[in-house]
Amino acid sequence: MASQVSVQDVRHVAGLARLGLTDERAAELTRDLNTILEHMEVLSRVDTEGVAEAAGVGAAGMRLREDTRAPIPLEEPPSAFAPEMRHGFLLVPRLATHEDAQEPSE
Amino acid sequence: MTWEMVVGLEVHVQLKTRTKAFCGCSSSFGDPPNTNVCPVCLALPGALPVLNEQAVDLAVRTALALGCTVHETSIFARKNYFYPDLPKGYQISQYDKPLATGGSLQIGVHENGQAVKVGVTRVHMEEDAGKSLHDRYAGATAIDLNRAGVPLIEIVSEPDMRSSLEAGAYLRTLKQILEYMDVSDVSMEEGSLRVDANVSARTRGATTLGQKTEVKNMNSFSGVERALEVEFARQCAVLDAGGVIAQQTMLWDGAAGQVRPARAKEGSHDYRYFPDPDLPPLVIERKRIARAREQLPELPAQRRARFADTYRLGGYDLDVLTSSPALAEYFEGVARQHGDPKAAANWVMGEVLAALKATGQAIGHFSVRSADLAALLNLVRDDVISHTAAKQIFATMVKSGDPPADIAKREGLLKVSDDTALRGWLEEVLAEHPKEAERFAAGERKLQGVLIGAVMKKSKGSADPRRLAQLLAERLGT
Amino acid sequence: MNPLVSAAAITGDLRAGTRSLKDVIAGALARAREADEKEQLNIFLHRADSQARERARALEADPGARESAPLFGVPIAVKDNLAVAGLPLTCGSRILKGYVSPYTATAIERLAAAGAILVGKTNMDEFAMGSSTEYSAFGRTRNPLAPALVPGGSSGGSAAAVAAGVVPIALGSETGGSVRQPAAFCGIVGVKPTYGRVSRHGLVAFASSLDQIGVFGTNVADAALATRVIAGRDDRDATSADVAVPDYASAGEASLRGVVIGRPKEYFPAELDPKIAALCDRALANLRALGAEVREVSLSHTALAIPVYYIVAPAEASSNLARFDGVRYGLRAAGDGLRGLYEATRSQGFGPEVTRRIMLGTYVLSAGYYDAYYRKAMQVRTLIADDFRAVFADGVHALFTPTTPTTAFAPGSRSDPYEMYLSDIFTCTANLAGVPAISLPIGRVDSLPVGGQFMTPHFDEQRMFHLAAALERALGTEAHA
Ligand SMILES: [Mg+2]
Ligand SMILES: [Zn+2]
Repeated sequence: MASQVSVQDVRHVAGLARLGLTDERAAELTRDLNTILEHMEVLSRVDTEGVAEAAGVGAAGMRLREDTRAPIPLEEPPSAFAPEMRHGFLLVPRLATHEDAQEPSE
Repeated sequence: MTWEMVVGLEVHVQLKTRTKAFCGCSSSFGDPPNTNVCPVCLALPGALPVLNEQAVDLAVRTALALGCTVHETSIFARKNYFYPDLPKGYQISQYDKPLATGGSLQIGVHENGQAVKVGVTRVHMEEDAGKSLHDRYAGATAIDLNRAGVPLIEIVSEPDMRSSLEAGAYLRTLKQILEYMDVSDVSMEEGSLRVDANVSARTRGATTLGQKTEVKNMNSFSGVERALEVEFARQCAVLDAGGVIAQQTMLWDGAAGQVRPARAKEGSHDYRYFPDPDLPPLVIERKRIARAREQLPELPAQRRARFADTYRLGGYDLDVLTSSPALAEYFEGVARQHGDPKAAANWVMGEVLAALKATGQAIGHFSVRSADLAALLNLVRDDVISHTAAKQIFATMVKSGDPPADIAKREGLLKVSDDTALRGWLEEVLAEHPKEAERFAAGERKLQGVLIGAVMKKSKGSADPRRLAQLLAERLGT
Repeated sequence: MNPLVSAAAITGDLRAGTRSLKDVIAGALARAREADEKEQLNIFLHRADSQARERARALEADPGARESAPLFGVPIAVKDNLAVAGLPLTCGSRILKGYVSPYTATAIERLAAAGAILVGKTNMDEFAMGSSTEYSAFGRTRNPLAPALVPGGSSGGSAAAVAAGVVPIALGSETGGSVRQPAAFCGIVGVKPTYGRVSRHGLVAFASSLDQIGVFGTNVADAALATRVIAGRDDRDATSADVAVPDYASAGEASLRGVVIGRPKEYFPAELDPKIAALCDRALANLRALGAEVREVSLSHTALAIPVYYIVAPAEASSNLARFDGVRYGLRAAGDGLRGLYEATRSQGFGPEVTRRIMLGTYVLSAGYYDAYYRKAMQVRTLIADDFRAVFADGVHALFTPTTPTTAFAPGSRSDPYEMYLSDIFTCTANLAGVPAISLPIGRVDSLPVGGQFMTPHFDEQRMFHLAAALERALGTEAHA
């Protein structure tokens, strides 16, 4: 846990989160993350052997929905808020095929 | 070096629900783009998922049919990645606590009589992404989110298959089970069943696994088989040349009959799975699982055994008649309403399958209902029509869907047992064939066939041959 | 004496016919304009004047509502991370600038059905990440009681709307104290209900396992009433609980005989400002005088709450905020191809604190770090919740603590991010454990308000409101002195 976060780590994480960073911001965030994570160190010293991870606070078991058509109504169609639409499709800059995206849909 | 193929399959199956997995939008196919959408499946700020009960029931049913243990508690997780047809930036799936684990599927029988089984590692629930169309507009990818959020199950097999043939058998068996469970439309063409294959090569007899690649983009079972052969051959060539297999995703190009590596960047797959805090653990009570098990529809193997027992049919007939639940139900409908399973089987496997093939109809929507086919067979059995006439009537039924008795009457195909008409035809035939008549009267019995045949011809098949034989005997005094 | 008008008084006047609905709404709208335009408090991101007037006209013509709607004619404000159809929804972020929600949050629908009238949407730290309402893309909000200081956050706009006398009731949202802390800083009441008590449908998610819509009020009774209106199961939120909602108004007797109040020692550390400690002691003395037993207790994992919180909340946030990608709504910035679009949109759309938390959250979930950070934090979260379970199982009915370690501070005075995170030190435990909590004014230090906090077992808001009302009554004008 004690490992230092490097600028490369920050760049990698920014890539996963699709955040564009200037060199200056990357350096700042490297500092910030290291400072913050240092305060998290205390957790590594807590004995959590056999302790369950908190899940679904305050709710025991999930209520399910009946399979009946009842979408939450939209007062405006997607074209009212979408940045770019044509013939009902949302448009984004072209990906030649699925495989050309940095991460394929699956 | 002789290499052995090792295959594991991941199959995504779209569940047959009216609405999506986590919202009340219709899950139907083919509507105008982005019309079956709501705040939830558009991932508008503030919208939350609520799980569809029917999706759970169908997933549980499938898992039980595959012999899996359905877990009382399973957990939905978020699989995080960016893609424009993935509105939330994550897919709701199940990760380390899936719905069900540890099943198996019998895909055939070894020469030594032992069952060939493929392990089912897990069955988990997840949601589908939307559709990306890359070739519709110049310079743009078009996104349709109607499919986003449709419920899927992912069925992951153990790497238990050793040939493309076994992989094909696994897929066909799985598809048959899914059809019997009535959980999906299972159409690879329409995308309701999708297959990714993990394939590796190892020295025959080795116990460890070689480096695998993932093969995607197949759109038929035979495509899967061909892709596996091609990728396996590629791996063998690399290994024979002393190379190593790189961990990568290969894309099948069916038209070219080739695989090529996907251009995904190495190391970019860090999905950061974690339990979805919007969805508490899915708890399915033991009682509910037990009830689902009791109410499980008949499996293909069970139906085959029952048909063997009830209808006394041979192995080949059983295979054909139980190949799909709809065909099996059709056959059973005819057999029950007609009473003679042999005749029903012969007709279904012969005339019916030929008609389906010729007309392109599906058995589920066949123009000849099982009750009408049974009625037709009853007419034959009761000597109301001849076998020849029955075939003619059937052809008309396929076209018009009319009841057989109406067609028989309309087209004059009812057997004529009215003695006056029969005697008239008989006299004409005897006059036309005096020699044969004489020889028959003299005791040459085999000529009965010739004479009656001639009458049948004259009557266009409508004469009742049994009554005709009696009249002939009376007439010639034998 | 608290000069602010209560919701109950407004409804009472309207029913009695001593004020008209039109007047009430015109007054609220005028006060809103004055607060922002004259006093430069920067409370509202969007004022809904015409909708409010239209709604008032419709309500005026509804005699049934006048008779029975519990919040009949009460002007309210809501934090701008709650969806209201036809109104902008920015979450204080550039990335949602210009976005208008096409649907309405359940809590807002329930308030409207109860006769409340929405006058506007309030400023907040971007995506509720902050404790001062400084981190809004649309400028900071000032504390109405001390405009040079922050109102707290992240629901600072809603707290200021109540404290400035614009509305008697406002909604905020809580993830680690974002209602209670600004309530304390602004000298009003702030409620965080039990996790699952109020539907989150329509609340823009920050950290889904911690988020809960909360209520600001000028007094405990108003806050209880509004909480009851928005509480209860909702089929649109799988985490909303199917637990009956009692009528908090029938809060019970004046005497607190038989009630055991825990004073957790971890919330009264040696370095706590002695003036704040003294006000807490005065409050506890009042509770004792009413017959309550005050017991020293320990919640031994309290010191771990901030590290746990600042792993869990950013982790969930990193995933929750992935949907802001420029594809379907909100800001779209041009870049090189799709990847460039994503990166330009998100780096231009998110401010520095949001970026920092997305980075932190992505990091703690990423391959190789999940177990050390996220899994570990979720395990320690269990230990923190177990502390509460144990103390409540031991016969303690409620806990009393200071709401915050300090009074309102000056903008820019918490330049180190971790120092700002410590603002949540006494509040984030309730979010981690899921228990309900309330902050109410218990006095002033250097003329700045100080809040005291009650926490009770899951779904026992009834007890929480009872104790808070009793203390409020006992303190009387001292609560604001
Ligand atoms: Mg999958
Ligand atoms: Zn939907």
